[in-house]
Amino acid sequence: MPNLFQHQLYKQSIQSMIYIFDGSLEGLLTAVFEWFERKPGLTKIVSKERYQPNVFSQSFEILTERTKADRVWQGLTKRLDKKWMRQVYCSYLSEKPELHQDIFDFCIYIFQHPAGAEKNYGNAQVLSLAQTARKVEREKHRMEAFIRFQKTADGLFYCGIDPDFNVIPLLVNHFRNRYADQQWIIYDIKRHYGIFYNLETVEEIEMDIDINLLKKSNQHLLDEQEVLYADLWKNYFKSTNIVARKNTKLHTQHVPKRYWKYLTEKL
Amino acid sequence: MSERLREKLNILADAAKYDVSCSSSGSDRKNTNKGVGNGHHSGICHTYTEDGRCVSLLKILLTNHCIFDCAYCVSRRSNDIERAAFTVDEVVELTMNFYRRNYIEGLFLSSGIFKNADFTMERLLRVVKKLRLEENYNGYIHLKTIPGASDELITEAGLYADRMSINLEMPTETGLKLLAPEKSHQDVIKPLGFVKNQIIQFKEEKKLIKSVPKFVPAGQSTQMVIGATPETDKEIMYTAANFYKSFSLKRVYYSGYIPISNDSRMPILGTQPPLLRENRLYQTDWLMRFYGFDVRELLNDANPHLDTDIDPKLSWALRNMQHFPVDINTADYQMILRVPGIGVGSAQKIVQARKFGKLYIHQLKKIGIAYNRAKHFITCADSPYQLKDFQSHEIKGFILAESQSKYLKTPSNQILLF
Repeated sequence: MPNLFQHQLYKQSIQSMIYIFDGSLEGLLTAVFEWFERKPGLTKIVSKERYQPNVFSQSFEILTERTKADRVWQGLTKRLDKKWMRQVYCSYLSEKPELHQDIFDFCIYIFQHPAGAEKNYGNAQVLSLAQTARKVEREKHRMEAFIRFQKTADGLFYCGIDPDFNVIPLLVNHFRNRYADQQWIIYDIKRHYGIFYNLETVEEIEMDIDINLLKKSNQHLLDEQEVLYADLWKNYFKSTNIVARKNTKLHTQHVPKRYWKYLTEKL
Repeated sequence: MSERLREKLNILADAAKYDVSCSSSGSDRKNTNKGVGNGHHSGICHTYTEDGRCVSLLKILLTNHCIFDCAYCVSRRSNDIERAAFTVDEVVELTMNFYRRNYIEGLFLSSGIFKNADFTMERLLRVVKKLRLEENYNGYIHLKTIPGASDELITEAGLYADRMSINLEMPTETGLKLLAPEKSHQDVIKPLGFVKNQIIQFKEEKKLIKSVPKFVPAGQSTQMVIGATPETDKEIMYTAANFYKSFSLKRVYYSGYIPISNDSRMPILGTQPPLLRENRLYQTDWLMRFYGFDVRELLNDANPHLDTDIDPKLSWALRNMQHFPVDINTADYQMILRVPGIGVGSAQKIVQARKFGKLYIHQLKKIGIAYNRAKHFITCADSPYQLKDFQSHEIKGFILAESQSKYLKTPSNQILLF
């Protein structure tokens, strides 16, 4: 008996259509629109930068169109509640290439089935989106916890981060609501963009230089009390520990080592 | 100046750390006046100490001077330790500067009793009022209710705090009398009841008049010290269940006793804190609050202590094999929740997913249940046919053989011979 898995691969590579999109969420949604226009059957979706030509498949380049993307998004909004719309968005922010396919398939699945189909956790795409969104939300929550602002000499609160997923868009509301009376910048060092709150609105910014305030040579840029409070915080962190209960495994489980570089108390 | 502040912070944070309450959840206070801070519905743990406990709030005592002499407490009158006291301004400055840098989620303010209850409560109140009214601070505040403080002061404090708590200290009255003859559970019950009634009253009024202020929006909690006195797990959890019910508490905390003195009434210095026991008590607490278990199912006269080698949910299942196996595709939610290896999230996914067709093993695994544990208690669409019904001790053997307890390597109550 032929191996079922191999058979599936064979079928895919012979018959399938490859959609190439620009990597944006709008592009992905446009692709869903185009698929329903043409119904080419089994379709692979891949971003331009990851596309490798394949002699067995036809390919089709998606031209991102705002209006088409909007229609798909509106259509989804009619079928899915707010929580699910956010899960779709979060899955996209995971930046994982395999999620492009899952989001694409999920949208088609939702449009082709009666309302409520998103509750079918037995479906691979439903589960994949739910689980990925959870990971992204966890990373977002970690940023809400682990961001440590440093006050600069001109009264600005700055923090540089490099999260596993592209979570900055998810952080805007939390930090704007919480720190409404101070100017702050959260900058994604890896993805080269950040957000700046100017006491009125939050705007996206790009900076040429990476201002690493943690460097000794940059200490003149800091507020004169910054060192004092960072130091008091480190002291507090030490004093509140109970030595008799030491549990390093649990500690690193909650604060994985890759985040230590942000944390004032760990420096 | 900053040197003295550092010393004070070290002393007063060190003295406050045995209060294990860390939660910063349950408050939806908004940052309305364009000030700083707000409540976060599920709370945020900003860091974790090396013992693995979360640090969410700046947890400090206003002072560790105390007129009481409770044997289990580091700040007891007769203990020869360094004493210190913060000024109101120092606490406010620390809180604001830590909060603005996103170090903390808020302030946890407790205090030793100096002079008398009202004097202490009044001082705590001054700190929270200054934060709320002068600094426009809307972040989380957990405030200790000082037993014996006047109703007026407690009511006023409740208008500014998000959570209030008073510690039971010992799970039973006899235990408390043994170690703190000056105290009684009655001192705790009265203010807990008062705050609970105030919460209800404010909520009722808010339904009618929108401008009624919030009153302790994140509710009340309490704490018991475990292992200082010889209570059984049953006594501890029955007390907890009773307090959950009578005072609508949000949390009961169980704090494993860490020996701090050579008092002959308690475990000697150097005894390992009962971490495993503490863990089992929290598991039981969760089963009561989120899994629909009645405390009498988990602990009763036949089983006054929780098993140490297996968790209380598995232990209940093994004692009640007549309820199993549970058919994943037909059983109701409450019963699926009782299966060892299935948590709240997975149980909810299961009952939603099975509407679309029978569930198979590979789907259950993907949904995220601990299949190797759960398989002994469930059937699903493609469960292998089993010729033999295993006895509970056999199942226990299978599960223990393939699981590794994090505690086995360091048995907490075993003294090393060499």
